[in-house]
Amino acid sequence: MSKEIDEMAERLKNLTSDLTSTLKEARIATVSPAAPSAPQPYRQKIEKLSSEVVDSNPYSRLMALQRMGIVKDYEKIRDKTVAVVGVGGVGSVVAEMLTRCGIGKLILFDYDKVEIANMNRLFYQPHQSGLSKVEAARDTLIHVNPDVEIETHNFNITTMENFGKFVERITNGSKTNGKVDLVLSCVDNFEARMAVNTACNEENQIWIESGVSEDAVSGHIQYIEPGKTACFACVPPLVVASNIDEKTLKREGVCAASLPTTMAVVAGFLVMNTLKYLLQFGEVSPYVGYNALKDFFPRDSIKPNPSCDDRHCILRQKEYQEKLKNQPEIEVEEKIEDDFVVHEENNWGIELVDESIEVKKEATNSGKTAEGLKFAYEAAEKSEEPSQETSEKSSANLADLMAQLKRLQS
Amino acid sequence: MDETTKSNLKAIPLCRTKASPRDGDLWIERLKEEYESIIKAVQNNKDNDRDWFRLESNNDGTKWFGKCWYFHDMVKYEFDVEFDIPITYPVTAPEIALPELDGKTAKMYRGGKICLSEHFKPLWARNAPKFGIAHAFALGLGPWLAVEIPDLVEKQIISPKA
Repeated sequence: MSKEIDEMAERLKNLTSDLTSTLKEARIATVSPAAPSAPQPYRQKIEKLSSEVVDSNPYSRLMALQRMGIVKDYEKIRDKTVAVVGVGGVGSVVAEMLTRCGIGKLILFDYDKVEIANMNRLFYQPHQSGLSKVEAARDTLIHVNPDVEIETHNFNITTMENFGKFVERITNGSKTNGKVDLVLSCVDNFEARMAVNTACNEENQIWIESGVSEDAVSGHIQYIEPGKTACFACVPPLVVASNIDEKTLKREGVCAASLPTTMAVVAGFLVMNTLKYLLQFGEVSPYVGYNALKDFFPRDSIKPNPSCDDRHCILRQKEYQEKLKNQPEIEVEEKIEDDFVVHEENNWGIELVDESIEVKKEATNSGKTAEGLKFAYEAAEKSEEPSQETSEKSSANLADLMAQLKRLQS
Repeated sequence: MDETTKSNLKAIPLCRTKASPRDGDLWIERLKEEYESIIKAVQNNKDNDRDWFRLESNNDGTKWFGKCWYFHDMVKYEFDVEFDIPITYPVTAPEIALPELDGKTAKMYRGGKICLSEHFKPLWARNAPKFGIAHAFALGLGPWLAVEIPDLVEKQIISPKA
């Protein structure tokens, strides 16, 4: 008996050492000589796109668009640079679509990390959790299409320290170190959208905003050309009316729901509009909404607000009007109509929206919306400037005020 | 909005200058208004025996940090609070964060940013640029703590600090 046990123990020992050496060999075999963090592309870069229809040509079905007469010069896409702000449920799919279409360069911005809670959406894989989203996205994208140049920035664009860097990259980030061709906003919050809006108004940069509602059953895309269309600050955000009674919508305990379906639909709209814009085919849509409950797709266009709060928007509007005057025969129909009612009265009291009343009075300060769309909330009342209060400067010194607060709280 | 929140809010002086940290001297002007309104808010709270936060900023007023606390069943629950002033301020509200509670409640975005009610943003938008940090606390963080802390205690997710 004890002999048998000894024999068994000896066999086990041998097997263990065999296994250890096999594992060692396997490890050596899988570690590539290049940097272990960067996956190796499956092929060399392609110099010139071929329209040859063979199994091994990744561009044959794209070049077929040209043969069919849909797109005049598909290969132009290789010169284009697109900045994608936010690579979450929408942005990551947008980046993948553009990568597969052979875009020249992508610049990705996001400060978030991949989490297991993201797995109900497309693109990221469980093994990537913990990685920064931009890093995880780059790893996948360069593998899918090694021809695409990918630049990544892992920071929050809304803060003082990063906003300047963001603006610098959209103004100098293209393949030729110039302005990017288009900025796509795929963020999930108002602050970041306003930051993109601020940057694009200042730099006269065309961009497309996108969004999915927090209840996951509607979404939209909005093309914004500073001065020509409404900017994101001109009117309250235009969103799809879900026709769900707000009172019956249960928000207790959660912030946001999400579905891979709605996000993929919005990503598809966004990239289709991007391709039409970049390659000049079809019609670039100013606004497309998606109501998933009714499969209703409202379209609309929003004119710029002549009294927009963003002074760069006003500047861009003036420039656009100048441009129209110099070439009246081209875009005469797109003259900005002054259909905004600016409130003359200045009410300095705090405005409280009655929670029981649905915000439906938007038509009074911002014109009509297409059927199935609504403004997210009522616009702020305009103040007459300069008002008495704004001219009244505080006589206190900042350092004294800081000290005063400290004393009060000590 | 409950009556206490409403009356707290109305007692806080409004800001006047529409300026973000990118606006140089105008921002300093705005920052003074912010401090004046926070000082008044803290004073009001103390006078009403409802002192519930401490707050200070870095020198240029772009980063804020402090403590906030909430009493539940006579027990004090205290948390670090922090936020940055976004370049889009005061058109957009500051995103107030309680990093210690990150991942402990669904009513929170990544990094511990509190998830405000559907009513906060429209209200902020309608009152921009008059609302400031003190208003965001009274209207956002205060009611959030009042709802979330009892819930977190009940679920035994948080316990009082020793």
